[in-house]
Amino acid sequence: MLRVGGARYVGGMTAQAGPPPSGTSDLASQSAPTPPPDPAAALSLRGLWKRFGQKIAVHGISLDVPAGSFYGLVGPNGAGKTTTLSMATGLLRPDYGSVHVSGTDLWAQPDQAKRQLGVLPDGARLFDRLTGTQLITYAGLLRGLDRDTVASRTQDLLRALDLTKDANTFVVDYSAGMTKKIALASAMIHAPGTLVLDEPFEAVDPVSAANIREILADYVRSGGTVVVSSHVMDLVQRMCDHVAVVAAGQVLAAGTVDDVRGDQSLEDRFVDMVGGRATGEGLEWLRTSSASS
Amino acid sequence: MVAHLVRLKLTLLGNTFRRSVWQTIGLIAACLYGLGVVGMLVAAVIATGSYDTEVLGLVVTLGGALATLGWWLIPLFLFGVDATLDPHRFATFGIPLRTLVTGLGVAALISVPGIATLLTGLGVTLAWWRTPALLPLALLGVALGVATCVLGSRALTTALAPLLEARRSREVLAILAMVLLVMIGPMMSWLGGSFGGGGPRSLEGVARTSPEGIRLLADQLAGVVAWTPLGAAWSLPATAHDGAWLAFVGHLAVALGTVALLWLVWERALGRALVRPPVGGGRGAKAKGLGWFGRFPATPTGAVAARSTTYWLRDPRYGSVLAIVPLMPVILWFSGRETDNQLLLILAPIVAWVLGFGLSNDVAYDHTAFALHVATGTSGSADRWGRVIPILCFGVPLVSLFAVLSAVVAGHTALLPAVLGLSLGTLALGLGVSSAVSARLVYPVPKPGESPFKQPQGAAVASMVSQTIALLIVAVLSLPALALSVLAFAQDSPPLAWVALVVSLAVGVGVLVGGVRIGARTYDRRAPELLQQVQSFA
Repeated sequence: MLRVGGARYVGGMTAQAGPPPSGTSDLASQSAPTPPPDPAAALSLRGLWKRFGQKIAVHGISLDVPAGSFYGLVGPNGAGKTTTLSMATGLLRPDYGSVHVSGTDLWAQPDQAKRQLGVLPDGARLFDRLTGTQLITYAGLLRGLDRDTVASRTQDLLRALDLTKDANTFVVDYSAGMTKKIALASAMIHAPGTLVLDEPFEAVDPVSAANIREILADYVRSGGTVVVSSHVMDLVQRMCDHVAVVAAGQVLAAGTVDDVRGDQSLEDRFVDMVGGRATGEGLEWLRTSSASS
Repeated sequence: MVAHLVRLKLTLLGNTFRRSVWQTIGLIAACLYGLGVVGMLVAAVIATGSYDTEVLGLVVTLGGALATLGWWLIPLFLFGVDATLDPHRFATFGIPLRTLVTGLGVAALISVPGIATLLTGLGVTLAWWRTPALLPLALLGVALGVATCVLGSRALTTALAPLLEARRSREVLAILAMVLLVMIGPMMSWLGGSFGGGGPRSLEGVARTSPEGIRLLADQLAGVVAWTPLGAAWSLPATAHDGAWLAFVGHLAVALGTVALLWLVWERALGRALVRPPVGGGRGAKAKGLGWFGRFPATPTGAVAARSTTYWLRDPRYGSVLAIVPLMPVILWFSGRETDNQLLLILAPIVAWVLGFGLSNDVAYDHTAFALHVATGTSGSADRWGRVIPILCFGVPLVSLFAVLSAVVAGHTALLPAVLGLSLGTLALGLGVSSAVSARLVYPVPKPGESPFKQPQGAAVASMVSQTIALLIVAVLSLPALALSVLAFAQDSPPLAWVALVVSLAVGVGVLVGGVRIGARTYDRRAPELLQQVQSFA
């Protein structure tokens, strides 16, 4: 049902090159017309659109991430999570729509807004010819911190993320999980008000993941805001207090985790909403008993 | 199975046409270029064959041997250039080894160089049209020769893969190859020069005495090469034409033995590669402390400069540029000896130009790591100056040193200001133009960790266009300095040399400051677009 709606918008968009229709109202929890950006929210997205060639990756996403929340962005592969987060952090210019970081218009005043954000992009390389210490230091200095602050915070971060013994190893020789952790440290060095982390737990071992979860939970308790994208529903349900479900470039549901999932588990609710779950029939030959054929 | 692999390779080749406009243009250009070379070669050889079959034999044997050598050695340095059918990817399928070897071998032929070699070989057989009876033998020679090329290249790369997969050894090898490549010219001229004085029996002496001499030399060379794995297959028709049947049997045995041996080596190596997947370089080199980050000021600009310096010293993609710098005086000294080292005078300006131009695509070298600059909101001026400062720091002393040395060696101490001015001016100018251009035009370069030789598909055209634009700007802006310097030399006038110094420096510094400012403004406006462009290279 929802997918049909999405498909209709693809057609409408390619036919008319003008601004997006404001009628995203019939979709899920968004009510028309879109309210103005919320200056109290840590992140306030309004009507974000992005098209790559013929494919519309994000069809008018509006979201409010309340200050001090632990916000999960979930969705199937190719839902537009990374594109949305890139636009929300100043890495990708949206075709339409606005992003406000605690009331500052990100795309109008990028310098001021970016100062309040710590970003872990997914799939971006790192300056991996630097050692772990050097990479964190680099991020800190680029943020304009002074040398002493950078040095002490670097040591703290390395210790918290259990990277002290690899501090002098070149990042290019790190494992995937260690690379994620060092990127996370680079995102946190300037103590931003809001952390936006795209797939922070991918390839991270369970012990490190627990470590990171604890660090992030502490950070939220002390007043920070964290946005993570993931497709591990179980993790999001346990960790986050708010969640938004994104599919085909649109928000299907957003709110507190309990509101969104109702009396189901988040995973079941998600599968219901996104649809397209195959029943596993038609693979009878996969059973070992019929292997002889 | 063989048909499957061939079809897979064809599909992959076809898909590159659909990736992007630049890639398509690049691939078409490569195809046209290959076809043109093949056509010219075949036409030339057929023309030769029409008037002298003996020369034809020499050309085919030596040319074939050279092509084989190329097939064997180039992939070692260009490692990864054709990883579309990487054997590791078939590790999980459990394909019988023999089938896999056959399939990969045939599939390896389906590439621009493979098809070009095959077409050239087949075309060249036509050159034996005067003695049609040789045609089957010539075809046999081509089949064996092409097999030697393909099997040899695969056998060598697969057998040496464990060595090549270690990042460090690959980097050292790549820079070594670069140095050798650059040195070929001067070495040849040096060899020629020293032999030239050595009497009539030396290479160049023979060449000078008569065309017969060259012929004799080629004859001897071909005689030797025909017995080696490199030339045996290619020499078959010529040997048969000469009627030397005993030698023919010998050459055939060498050729067949080579193919069999290479096949065996490849099969063995492949078998080993399939059960031992590549492991990431686990040795983990270390560097203590902050390195350059401790030496540059603790500001965003200083941080970018420290990072840039680290990369110039640690990343082989930059290293290949740096490796050329100490070689340049050697090359110019060798080539300029006959003109009293006057050629040495262009040393400093050229090194300055190479260094200044080295920045013209710097963001593409960062690849998506550039996201850090965008995410942290690094300002344009910090980004631009940070990249310029390291080159100024080591470029100014280096270029000055080169300028002084070259002026002294060439005996123009009085005109030193002109050389110095032109060199430093060119450095500043190049950096300024690079800073402005690289914020707008980026083109694909080898990704971090890849061989510096690997040119990404489709990069040729895009890089040519943007490089040409930058070059034109540099050329126009350096006209006044260049004209004054040349005039100072033409008139042998020290005062004019001083004028040249002042003008060159003024223009250079002006362009540097202006270029960085323009670049910074462009960067501030479109850093996210720049990132997206770099991302699209992936």
